[in-house]
Amino acid sequence: MAIAEQHNSPAQASSDKASADTTWHGIILQTLKRNEISLVPYVPDRVLTPLIKSLHADPFFTTFATAREEEAVGIVSGAWMGGRRGAVLMQTSGFATLANVLASLAVPYQIPLIMFVSERGTLGEFNYGQSLVCRTMRPVLDSLALEHHTITRLDELEFIVDRSIKQAVTTQAPVALILNPLLTGGKVFDK
Amino acid sequence: MDTRNTKVMNRFDVTSRLIAKLKNEEAVIGGIGNTNFDLWAAGHRPQNFYMLGSMGLAFPIALGVALAQPDRRVFALEGDGSLLMQLGTLSTIATLKPKNLTMIVMDNGIYQITGAQPTPAAGIADLVAIAAGSGLTNSSWAADEDDFERLIDEALEASGPSLIAARIDDKPGVGTTRRDPVQIRERFMHGLGVREPL
Repeated sequence: MAIAEQHNSPAQASSDKASADTTWHGIILQTLKRNEISLVPYVPDRVLTPLIKSLHADPFFTTFATAREEEAVGIVSGAWMGGRRGAVLMQTSGFATLANVLASLAVPYQIPLIMFVSERGTLGEFNYGQSLVCRTMRPVLDSLALEHHTITRLDELEFIVDRSIKQAVTTQAPVALILNPLLTGGKVFDK
Repeated sequence: MDTRNTKVMNRFDVTSRLIAKLKNEEAVIGGIGNTNFDLWAAGHRPQNFYMLGSMGLAFPIALGVALAQPDRRVFALEGDGSLLMQLGTLSTIATLKPKNLTMIVMDNGIYQITGAQPTPAAGIADLVAIAAGSGLTNSSWAADEDDFERLIDEALEASGPSLIAARIDDKPGVGTTRRDPVQIRERFMHGLGVREPL
């Protein structure tokens, strides 16, 4: 995470309400809020910790841990149908458990499922299993023709997240926003 | 199972008894397979949602609806085999304590729809004890049909989540849900007042 804080880019995405918090997690929080996404269940990940902490600290959000990622997908799907917007936070290995719920709930029922995936398995991965499971993620997304973006730059973060949320909602289709170690700093062996 | 002090009931009958008690546009989520087939057969309501996959997610979906609409009562119908796939959600729900969510488990100890194979829990695990141990203190077996109706009445007035388990027979579902997921979702959203038809 220390690395992420060094990424403060001068080309901050155009925002009429510039937030004081220009960390990656601060930008995601503000973008969720601006898009009225208030329900954020998650299965935690070390890299996501600052985002999870700030979501818990902000009373706008209802945020909590679930036992499995597909459980969180079920929750935000139900909430969407009830008129409340949500997003799910997870790690790469958690995404790997979702093929069934994507193919049997989110896609066929046309639910704008918004997923943030902290990307393990690349750019310095130290766990062989993580590097393997990471390789399954994009093929699964592509096999269902799902929209996905890998975010590497702080100056593109707000644009991609904001536009992707709006596209998911208006086209009633899921989107996966993959948070690359170039953005977050990732997790390395000495942490 | 014979040693337990609960009558073996019928899924369609129990589901019909639930539906007959719903007077305030309560939402009902029907889990995969026979559970939602019998919900369909009990008579379609705009506030019904039918699952065509995602085994085990009836309670999480219902939790999401309950969190989105805290003033509406939400019921979820789930089979025992489905619940076994997602036991962790019992703890999630116990932690969040939605005041408007009632979970109903239809327990026949078998995967009826795939050929009546026994579940790994059949005759050995007590799903109400598992729910109570997960923190859902208001969890009960329905002793018979009258007791089921009494528990539904209590749940409709409850100020926290309730779980009701019904021991049921090995009969298949009475109807077959129309497998049109987009229409199911859209009609449900109309039923919940989230959208108006075009």
